[in-house]
Formats: sequence, structure tokens, C-alpha cells
Amino acid sequence: MRAVGAQPCASLARWFRIESLPRRSWGRRKEEGIVSILVNKNTRVVVQGITGKEGSFHATQCKAYGTQVVAGVTPGKAGQEVEGIPVFNTVRDAVKKAQCDTSLIFVPPPFCADAILEAADAGIKLVICITEGIPVNDMVKVKRALYGRDVRLVGPNCPGVITVDEAKIGIMPGFIHKKGVVGVVSRSGTLTYEAVHQLSTLGLGETTCVGIGGDPVNGTGFVDVLALFEKDPETQAIVMIGEIGGDAEEKAAEFIKKHVKKPVVSFIAGITAPPGRRMGHAGAIISGGKGTAAEKMKSLEAAGVRVVKNPAEIGDAVKVALGR
Amino acid sequence: MNVHEFQAKQLFGQFGIPVPRGKEITSPEAGAVWAAELNTPVFVVKAQIHAGGRGKAGGVKITKEKTAVPGLVKELIGKTLITHQTGPKGREVRRLLIEEGAGITKELYLSILVDRDSGWPVFIASTEGGMEIEVVAARTPEKIIREAIDPAVGFQGYNGRNIAFALGLPAMEAAVLTPFIQMLGNLYRLFMDKNAAMVEINPLVITSDKKLVALDGKVSFDDNALFRHADVQQMRDLHEEDPLEVEAGENNLNYIKLDGNIGCMVNGAGLAMATMDVIKLAGSEPANFLDVGGGATKETVAAGFRILLKDPNVKGIFINIFGGIVRCDRIAHGVIEAAKEVKINVPLVVRLQGTNADEGRKLLAESGLKLEVANDLWEAAQKIVKLTGKAA
Repeated sequence: MRAVGAQPCASLARWFRIESLPRRSWGRRKEEGIVSILVNKNTRVVVQGITGKEGSFHATQCKAYGTQVVAGVTPGKAGQEVEGIPVFNTVRDAVKKAQCDTSLIFVPPPFCADAILEAADAGIKLVICITEGIPVNDMVKVKRALYGRDVRLVGPNCPGVITVDEAKIGIMPGFIHKKGVVGVVSRSGTLTYEAVHQLSTLGLGETTCVGIGGDPVNGTGFVDVLALFEKDPETQAIVMIGEIGGDAEEKAAEFIKKHVKKPVVSFIAGITAPPGRRMGHAGAIISGGKGTAAEKMKSLEAAGVRVVKNPAEIGDAVKVALGR
Repeated sequence: MNVHEFQAKQLFGQFGIPVPRGKEITSPEAGAVWAAELNTPVFVVKAQIHAGGRGKAGGVKITKEKTAVPGLVKELIGKTLITHQTGPKGREVRRLLIEEGAGITKELYLSILVDRDSGWPVFIASTEGGMEIEVVAARTPEKIIREAIDPAVGFQGYNGRNIAFALGLPAMEAAVLTPFIQMLGNLYRLFMDKNAAMVEINPLVITSDKKLVALDGKVSFDDNALFRHADVQQMRDLHEEDPLEVEAGENNLNYIKLDGNIGCMVNGAGLAMATMDVIKLAGSEPANFLDVGGGATKETVAAGFRILLKDPNVKGIFINIFGGIVRCDRIAHGVIEAAKEVKINVPLVVRLQGTNADEGRKLLAESGLKLEVANDLWEAAQKIVKLTGKAA
């Protein structure tokens, strides 16, 4: 996975806007003038699987939001267009002819590992994989193959990434987001929309929202995104939405304790989930008594995180944390 | 997907992992024929259900008498076993595994699964075979050996030596060292080739004649990879699953039955779990987990209603939809249409938020259906709990 901070400078106007703001206790602002994490209005997107039902619908939606969707890929369909977006046979062609740096994947599960590796091999720097249902062992091989390479994977089985008013690269409904100060990172889809809706309604708004996905083996994790939010000058508070299964939340708690100064509010879904049953997401399972919501809440609370037990109170808790 | 012990052992056999001679038996007559053929000093008759703790529940019988086998078959078939994993209702025994007994000198534990953090397959081994590994991990964590396998190159000899020497295997029985390392390689191959989620051998025994034998076996498969394995799909035993869950699966719904009395229907797995949690916070218990998915339609909503209402514990239904790509007015139409087809005789609270939520709520309010409409999550949860009464 790649190091933080390789994004190109945002537009000149934005750079000046940030420069002219009074200095606050935001900590280190990167010299490059990064004003969002992972994606922004300069991000150039290729959609893999663009001629499928999901791919064409969401490519169009992303473009309508203002995202630079500059290419699509479906093998054998080069020369076609989807809503004015040119289609190529391979990601390599798309990179060469449309200079894309980020890929959004809707390829069906049996072919998805291949698609992720194709993107990485073509020089794509950020791969966002929406597809649900990829075999775990396929992801084991993909994760190993990407190790040490200059590429970041977000997902799979996730809603994608949105930097509000700049770029929507995923399937989330754009209109519920409002430009603001809260960074959101989550293993879930609709539950994230629920939190975003609360933040927007309360007037707090969001900077970037990242869905890391509900699969047991994925790319970017909580810790990676927390590190990015901690460094992002526009993000003043972080909402982290976890769920039962694995120990990503416990790892995040350790990281927060050591490295995160910004307030973090967290909700963990599944306090009522029975052990040994997979709750929808492939990764949401309590196995061998490990991965319970109670354990995760305890670790996060010990790290100074404001843990809410009621998902309807996420927004209010952020408001309190920000002293508003 | 889980399979029976006898199926796991068939797979072990295919991959060169030594198992006792055994056969699946469903009648006393077949039991007599097989006992004669097996012709062994000790016969082991094991109930085949998808749950652990069979031995303690009386599901495993041992006899030296060939003639006693049919009687044991008769005794076990049709018996309901209640173990710590079956729940209070227990599970009916429909098939048995009859195999030869083994003279045991040492019991070991061995399993393989994917470590979520690193994304590498990892072997877990212990000298404390025959015990539940969670108990061993809690009481004597130093007795748990972990060996991660680099998926880029697969299982290597050194992985096997690391495990064998950490277990102290050569000191136990030098003759099994090489077969043990070979067996680990075979187990890794089975795990990767068949897209298993977990393979567990507990106990793996060293016999009195210095051989390794997998005395018990448990294999579960990655549901996402079943499309690659027709042979594994055929091992599915629907009797071992909840009938409502099977019906939900046929309708592409993700449903898990629970013990409470508020049925819930939600779009998205995370929100579905959060909805269950909020029902509990409001003072009641969820009857189920149900994710109707991102593309909920009239048909999926109707199927959801049918399944929820088949559960006699359900005293009220809570529909929680956050419309993203799915438009709430369409969901409202779906609820209205489905309510006409399926007779809903319990209180219903519908919470719609997101895309076209106002239109959806208006449609529901004007439909003449007996239901309550809510805007936000907490309000909705309180409403349904009030309508159905708090849990005892």
C-alpha cells in the first residue's frame, strides 16, 4: 500500500483559500497543500466494468456529481461510449489514452481479482473496488501481490470514497453529503449514509467519507484512513463505524491512542448479533468468542474514543466532541 | 457453508490426509453390513450433525461387538441431540458415521484459516488435542503455535518443520515427522484448492502403531467461492439449516433467525445490525437479521414479509430503509403492494430516510394501510417497541 500524501495539488484557487485562512491548531499542514484525502477534483477515474448495468449507472452518477470519469474498460468493447465516456479494452489502454490515476471496479466477483491486478499493473495508484462476493482466497492472493507496490486498494465490498463537492467515486448517494469538517470511515454502506445524514442535518458536514468494506480480507484499513484524516487540515473530527468480526477496531484503538489528536466518535454495529453467524457481510462474524461488539467498544473507549451505543446519536456525539 | 464430519473425512482422503476407515450409515441393516466388512476390534458410531459437543450429548458410541452395531444405529437415528452449539431445541440425527477405532498415544490440535489482519493463511497447532481450542487459547496461550504461510509461494518444508519442532513432535514419535509435514502440505492444498474458510482436525492422533490419523474433521467453505465447486455444493445438507433461512436464500435475501419478537427488514448489512441493536436499546429484542440488499423491490419486500410472518415469535415488524440509489417512494410502493398480497396481522412501523423519503412517507400515509410512519431511527424503534410491548 502506498505512502500518504502523493496527491497532486488541488486547484490554485483552493490552494490560496487554504493559505489565506488564519493559522489554527490544526497541526502540520502538508506542503503540497492537500485539502482532502485520497480523492479530489483532479482525480481522473477509469470505471472497470462500465458497460454492465451497475457500472454504467454509477459511472453516470459519479460524472454528474462532478467527478472526472475519463474512461471505462470492458474487454472487447473499445470504441463504444457510455454517456460520453470512452470505453477501452484494457486498463493499460485507458491509462495511456485518458491519463487516469484511479480505478472504480464493478466487475463481477469471479473476475474481480483479475481486474484489481490489471489496474495495479497498468499503473493505477488508487483502486476502489465496489464488488461484493469475491472469494476470500482470491483476495488473499491479490493482497499479497499488491504488497510493497505503489498502489492503494480500497474495498472490496464497499460503497467507495467521496470527497464532498469534489469527487464521488462510488455508489453512495451524493446529495446526502454536505461540505464540512468531519471525516468518516466505515466497514458498512447504508449505515454510513445514516451517519452522514445526521452530520449533514446537524450542519457539521463531511470532508471525505471512506468505505473500507465488509470483507474479511481487504485493502485499506481503519488505521490507514485514520492516519490520513489526522493529517488532513480540513478534518476536525473523525467518525469511525465498525462492526463485529476480526480485530480491525482494536488495532484502530491502539493507533488512536498513540497517534490521533482529533476527536473520534465511534459506533460498533452488532451488539445483538449471535456468535458464529455471518451477519450479511462476509467479515461480520464472531468466531471463537472473538470479535464481539462489546470487546471493540471497550478497546475504543480505553483509547479515549467517544463510543455511542445508539446509532441515532452519532451526529450529536460529534457535535459535543467539537464543542458546538 | 458447513459439511458433516464424514464429508470432511472424504475430502481428507482425496487429499492424502490419513483418516480411519469409515462410512456414512442411515439404517441398522446397512450398519450390520458395514460392520461385517469393517471387521475391526473397536467400532465407533458417531452422530452426524453440524454442531460440536456430540460426545458429551451422547452422540458417539463405542463397542467391541460387531453384533451391537445395528442396535446402536437404531438408538441414535432419529434421536435429538442437544449440545452447547445446537441451542435448546437440539438437532435430529439423520445419519451416522461408523468407523474403526484407533489406539491413541497422543492427541494434537491442527487447523488452518485466513488471518484477517495479514491476509495470509495461518496454521494453528497445539499439543492440547481433543480440547476446544478457544479454551486452550484462553488458559494456556503459550501452547498455541501459529505458522503463517506466504500465499505467493504456498506451503514450504520449513513451515512444516517450524510447526513440528515447536510441537515437540520428534520427541513424541520420530517416525511421524515426515508424514506430518507431508500432511500439512496436503492440508494447505485442500484449503486453497477447495476455497475452504476453515479446516480443523481435532484431535489429530498418533496411534499406538506410530501412525498419524485425523480422528475428527471439520471443514467450512467460503460461500462466495461455491460457484467454483459443484462437488462441494452437493455436500450441502438443508436439514441442518433453518427452513426460513433456506427460503430467504432462495429469494436472495440475507436472513438470520434470532429469538426476539420484533421482525426487522433493512437495506444493507451494517444498518440491519444497527437496527437490531437499536431495538434492544429501546427495550425489546430483534426476531431476526434481514438485509434486503441495495436493490430492494416490491418482490423482495413481499418475500421479506412472508418470511418474517412465518416466524410465530414475531409480534411486530420494523422496516428501516435508508434510500440511496434505492428510492424510498419505490420502497413505499413495494410495501403497499406486498401488504395487499401478504396479510399483515401485526403492528408495522416504517422508517424511510434518504432519496425521495418525503414522497415515500406520503404514499404510505395515504395508503390506508394500518402502519406507523417514522422519520428517524430512534423514533421508529421506540414506536415499534411501544406497539409490541417490552421484552419479558
